[in-house]
Amino acid sequence: MDADLTTPSPLNRTPLHALHLARGGKMVPFAGYEMPVQYPAGVLKEHLHTRASAGLFDVSHMGQIALRPKSGKVEDAALALERLVPQDIVAVPPGRQRYAQFTNAAGGILDDLMVANFGDHLFLVVNAACKAEDEALLRNALDGECVIEVLADRALIALQGPKAVEVLGRLSPGIAAMRFMDAGPREVMGLACFVSRSGYTGEDGFEISVPAADAAALAEALLADPAVAPIGLGARDSLRLEAGLCLYGHDIDAATTPVEGDLVWSIQKSRRNGGARAGGFPGADAILPQIERGASRKRVGLKPEGRAPVRDGAALYADAEARDAIGAVTSGGFGPSLNAPIAMGYLPIPHVAAGTRVFAQVRGQRLPMTVTALPFVPHSYQR
Amino acid sequence: MPVLYTTDHEWLRIDGDVATIGITDYAQSQLGDVVFVELPKLGRQLKKAEAAAVVESVKAASDVYAPISGEVVEVNDAVTGDPTLVNSDAADKAWLFKVKIADKDELSGLMDAAAYEKHTA
Repeated sequence: MDADLTTPSPLNRTPLHALHLARGGKMVPFAGYEMPVQYPAGVLKEHLHTRASAGLFDVSHMGQIALRPKSGKVEDAALALERLVPQDIVAVPPGRQRYAQFTNAAGGILDDLMVANFGDHLFLVVNAACKAEDEALLRNALDGECVIEVLADRALIALQGPKAVEVLGRLSPGIAAMRFMDAGPREVMGLACFVSRSGYTGEDGFEISVPAADAAALAEALLADPAVAPIGLGARDSLRLEAGLCLYGHDIDAATTPVEGDLVWSIQKSRRNGGARAGGFPGADAILPQIERGASRKRVGLKPEGRAPVRDGAALYADAEARDAIGAVTSGGFGPSLNAPIAMGYLPIPHVAAGTRVFAQVRGQRLPMTVTALPFVPHSYQR
Repeated sequence: MPVLYTTDHEWLRIDGDVATIGITDYAQSQLGDVVFVELPKLGRQLKKAEAAAVVESVKAASDVYAPISGEVVEVNDAVTGDPTLVNSDAADKAWLFKVKIADKDELSGLMDAAAYEKHTA
């Protein structure tokens, strides 16, 4: 999830803006918001701190949307939402969440999102750069069955890392009983929050939706724990890249299908051919045959053999002399936990097996890279 | 030895007809944690303003432009081996390459320390 489209000023500010400045956050424009890219510790230390202890991320720029069924039955909201996503939403039990994608008529991905069943309604978290389009999409398609409520008065704080559960447990007794992808209303520090045990780092951790007016107090309480450090967007990106997670607008977009994006695992059997509610989402006639027969290209992990990072946009070639590119890097940089450069990109199916060697064009040179299984760093989700 | 600066945040230490070139402490602080450095090949004839080296942080790659024209006569292998030197000692140990100055007139457009301080203020 997440995307980094920048827009001209005036930039929006999150409820944690003053906290970022007070802690020395270096602010940059990101998806229309003024966000901290790093704090004085720097990207490397912030990244490693999150993997070793706990990191606090302000993700309040992301969109939070409640889908309330007019019938009062959450299944009706779930059935309605299934018209826009290839996932089985009806089967998400109360208190659980699921990863999903909005698709277009060609099977491309309009956005990726999290969908939680809160018992009487669905709770969605969408990318900042797509939230206006997502809201319009929902209003156009689901207005008959659902009241669409954009929760603009809530902040979103992610607490990620092996010590997240212990830290959050002090402010919300019993939170440790949640498992990976559990989600629902919980009291944190006496505040009416929505908590999910999930995130965007590959680590165990939580995302906490909190009323905007209380967000700074909650963030300060979490940061008061010596295990917790504030983490900027720079480390958020290197953490998710090591975890093999997609950045919307880079690794997946309107021109890539979930099959090409190697997200078939996220499409349940009930929505595939032969399933109880097969198809019925935009682009089903493109996506469902691809699930059975395969796409012609796929998202893969790539490890440069040398030390030079290979960045987003670098063309990929089958060999050092080939004239025509066969693919491109969609995310690339340095993995602090691996102390090595890593990347993701798209390659034709004959080149996607782990161990296949390809070449990236960087500053006029062809740099060898090896196709590598994702994630680069194993997930430590508490299932 | 006089040290001169460019608007692109490179420094040059002049010793006779050889200039030692690096990036400034201000530049490294803006880049953040440096993880990779690529230097020009020995003997390369650099033209003023062309991309000569690359310094990459976790976040992004930044070109280092040749502040003057001339032949590359020495490169700092210590900094390619340990790119974090750029963060710890940009102004000295993390020098990047040395150029045999082709045209001393090209030095006249560069800033002294006081002017560079104003430039970054």
